[in-house]
Amino acid sequence: MKFQAIQGEGWLLTKAEQLINWGRSRSPWPFPYGTACCGIELMCALASGYDMARFGAERVAFTPRQCDVLIEAGTITKKMVPVLKRIYAQMAEPKWVIAVGACACSGGVFRTYSTQQGIGSIIPVDVYIPGCPPRPEGILYALLKLIDKIEADHPLYKQRRKVVEALEAAK
Amino acid sequence: MSLKERIEGILGRDLLELTEFRGDICVEIPKNRVIQALTMLKEEAGFDFLSDLFGIDNLDLYTKAKKKKKKSEDDEAQEPEEKGPPPPRFEVIYLLLSLSTNERVMVKVRVPEDDLELPSITGLWRAANWPEREVFDMFGVRFKGHPNLRRLLMWDEFQDHPLRKDYPLEGKGEERHLNYDIA
Repeated sequence: MKFQAIQGEGWLLTKAEQLINWGRSRSPWPFPYGTACCGIELMCALASGYDMARFGAERVAFTPRQCDVLIEAGTITKKMVPVLKRIYAQMAEPKWVIAVGACACSGGVFRTYSTQQGIGSIIPVDVYIPGCPPRPEGILYALLKLIDKIEADHPLYKQRRKVVEALEAAK
Repeated sequence: MSLKERIEGILGRDLLELTEFRGDICVEIPKNRVIQALTMLKEEAGFDFLSDLFGIDNLDLYTKAKKKKKKSEDDEAQEPEEKGPPPPRFEVIYLLLSLSTNERVMVKVRVPEDDLELPSITGLWRAANWPEREVFDMFGVRFKGHPNLRRLLMWDEFQDHPLRKDYPLEGKGEERHLNYDIA
């Protein structure tokens, strides 16, 4: 958050958008969606050795309604696609998605009848991490990239645009 | 009495072929006597445990046998080396284990392409339930009398049988039917 001015005691001046982004970027609670070996690396990144909580990914939510970042770690089979879509739909706004590993990015080595060739065609993905599986450092780096993205966001502008579009559609 | 002789004695006329390879015994039984032969093996020979049940698609063998036949028809100078009709395309294999004597036997049933039906052995071993569903899912062999013959691995609306050799590896573009959209 950038302070525009500090006056006297207990006063600071900033933009509302920056305040919102500051709050959001410091608490990206993850939803661990581990479906394959990348899930093991994700557990490692969450555990005390690498400790993703340092960057605000403090509380791992095991319900999609109480999380911000869907970390999709592993292969998605075509049978699993509706489940993933449903989980994403259940998440409350604002929400972000990290695709961990080659399978989640592009299907990986499984160019077969049963494997979804990347989750980008099902749900919007913010950060892709290559690797088979990527190391925990990679997952941490992706989280930092996502935090950068959140900080550059314009939540109020987007909200206003949504309202304007809805009003114009109603006319 | 060795295991081989015991099995020969128990199966009698139901034994089509018995091969032994490095101590492993494989017997072939006729398709219409599956239940009877396996019951005999379970109750008289003591094979009380079904350790696996799976299918095999011998498409290559099948097409090669066909090609050979064609070749010999074209080339009349050559001696036709036909040995009866081509082998049935599918095989279903039961791996049996005796928990008391620790002996194993492999039981093979050949299933032709035009009659893909076998009796279910879920009455003998309840463990056959899911493997039979898997064989149905992957090869399309239907098991008569199965309590719940649905697909095991692929989704219900899937049409093909993907472990058949003529099914392309990358599929035919099937996608799972979606019942809902992202709001």
